[in-house]
Amino acid sequence: MEELNALFNGFAVALTWQNVMYMFIGTILGVLIGTLPGLGGANGVAILLPLTFSMNPVSAIIMLSCIYWGALFGGAITSILFNIPGEPWSVATTFDGYPMAQKGQPGEALTAAFTSSFVGAFVAVLMITFLAPLVAKFALKFGPAEFFAVQLLTFCSFVGMSKEPPFKTIASMMIGFALASVGMDSVTGQLRLTFGSEELMRGFDFLIAVIGLFGLGEILLTMEEGLAFKGTEAKINAKVVFQTWAKLPKYWATYIRSSLIGCWMGVTPGGATPASFMSYGIAKKFTRNPDGFGKGELEGVVAPETAAHAAGTSALLPMLTLGIPGSPTAAVLLGGLLIWGLQPGPLLFVEKADFVWGLIASMYLGNIAGLIVVLTTVPYFAAILKIPFSIIAPVILVICAIGSYTVGNAMFDVYLMIIFGVIGYVFKKLNYPLAPLVLALVLGKMAEGSFRQALLTSQGEISVFWENGLVGGISALAILLLISPLLSKAMALIKGNKKAAA
Amino acid sequence: MNENQNNHGGSISNKTMELVTAFIILAFGSVVMWDSYRIGAGWGVDGPESGSFPFYVGLLIVISAIVTIVNAVRQSAEEAGEFVGMSELKMVMAVLIPTVIYVIAIDQIGIYVASSIFIAVFMVWQGKFSVLKSAVVAVAVNVFFFMMFEVWFKIPLPKGWLETQFGY
Repeated sequence: MEELNALFNGFAVALTWQNVMYMFIGTILGVLIGTLPGLGGANGVAILLPLTFSMNPVSAIIMLSCIYWGALFGGAITSILFNIPGEPWSVATTFDGYPMAQKGQPGEALTAAFTSSFVGAFVAVLMITFLAPLVAKFALKFGPAEFFAVQLLTFCSFVGMSKEPPFKTIASMMIGFALASVGMDSVTGQLRLTFGSEELMRGFDFLIAVIGLFGLGEILLTMEEGLAFKGTEAKINAKVVFQTWAKLPKYWATYIRSSLIGCWMGVTPGGATPASFMSYGIAKKFTRNPDGFGKGELEGVVAPETAAHAAGTSALLPMLTLGIPGSPTAAVLLGGLLIWGLQPGPLLFVEKADFVWGLIASMYLGNIAGLIVVLTTVPYFAAILKIPFSIIAPVILVICAIGSYTVGNAMFDVYLMIIFGVIGYVFKKLNYPLAPLVLALVLGKMAEGSFRQALLTSQGEISVFWENGLVGGISALAILLLISPLLSKAMALIKGNKKAAA
Repeated sequence: MNENQNNHGGSISNKTMELVTAFIILAFGSVVMWDSYRIGAGWGVDGPESGSFPFYVGLLIVISAIVTIVNAVRQSAEEAGEFVGMSELKMVMAVLIPTVIYVIAIDQIGIYVASSIFIAVFMVWQGKFSVLKSAVVAVAVNVFFFMMFEVWFKIPLPKGWLETQFGY
């Protein structure tokens, strides 16, 4: 019950009137970001990060994480009303959400989506509350070799689980690592990959990469499609909300299944999108009414939304306890923590317990705030999407420019942002995943640091990465995940052969 | 759209783009390897040298680029499909080129003036709004940004002639 005590202290930290105000501002900004094309959780938080520099860290991270919750909620609005997924994990929501809106039930679909998001996130926060201290305590035993193994696990699971071609995933990830090593080597003080350029000596800030890749890149993609919104009016009122709430409890099994899938997938990186698809697929398999799926079935909205939010929230578990973010947005939050001098990882739970529990408490409160905000303001946000793209696009580009300038007060960063934008556009079209590049850019220095420390302690023996059960187990799991697509292919081949033989 | 797919002269194929991108990545990886080798990628007196980690990172980039090139070469252009049609490319350039000019302009005349002109021009040119309407929206948006950054949050952005007239 130690956790509950700590959690109540956390509520005391989070529940000042100022923080509650930041919570609501954050959620509203987040929903706004989630509904606008070209602004998503990751680059939205990146752009707004400099605004929080003058706040105290607790308020700042509360506002930033609420922006994140808001963005998660916002993605559902565009999926259901306009058939445009605001975020990749909202794609599965369009399958049944948009047909429902077309059948004249947009209010029900939205209520179901928001409520399911809330339930998914709530289960994930519960998990974080009780699991995070355990993971942190366990990770206190980690040395550099173990940390590197965990990082290896993160990156291998990216390669193993992503839908994109594995070598493109590796290329994108390694480009991130290479960019992370530009600048001064913190161990020897040597300049690396700067080629005598003073601008490059500062290194690449991943926030610039995030703004360019996801912001400008997305605008270029949207522009190509010649965006024309054909949306449904968002009619939502208290009656519809309560009617829908009355229907939801009968999907309790779907809720449990989807939350579990979400929590499990969310801890591994890049999990929210596969979690939402998986949850949709499984719900379709188990339901009594599979024919209704894809034509506007309430359960088809419930399943992916619950899983996506559970995954999005549980992505913060490895970020807080191990310092390894599970998603690009979690990476940006991690970057924010580092700026305030808070090093995420097991020690954070010991040294800054107030902060950690304040943050966890704010997850509960932020999600409640989010639910209230979205249920009451959906029509206004839907109206924003009626603003022509020829106004939205330049305004978002201006925001991207301002955002990348404020990160380091340098014009060079703004030019870099444009280059990253072009890279983002080309990579997206050629199926190079962007998330590994961002995560590698964030974790590059840390991964390299622990790799070198581990090798130093072992005098260069590479066997340090499997010398004991703990590090060996993590390394083995990493390799297993890396080759898992090969394994499943081999399994399919063997099965196919057996069938052919029989 | 359908016309475009039949007409290969009017588009850039996925295969071409795939190869161009992979070769750029290959070059990037080689540069990383070369520069890391230059500063030492072996085992120094005090542990791994500065270049060793990036050296192997570069090696992995080169390997994955080569695999991608081989895969792309083996695939026929028809199978790969088109990367972008000319009409779509025009739309993309219609955003990209003004954005580049806009960013160069920030350096010269400050971010608020540059942004106002950028938004107004974009609205008139792409959205076919009246000049007056566009100017009002552009100025309103930038007055809001000015208040937000310079006045409320005290974050200085690049400024030019106009802002100095107001004492900023």
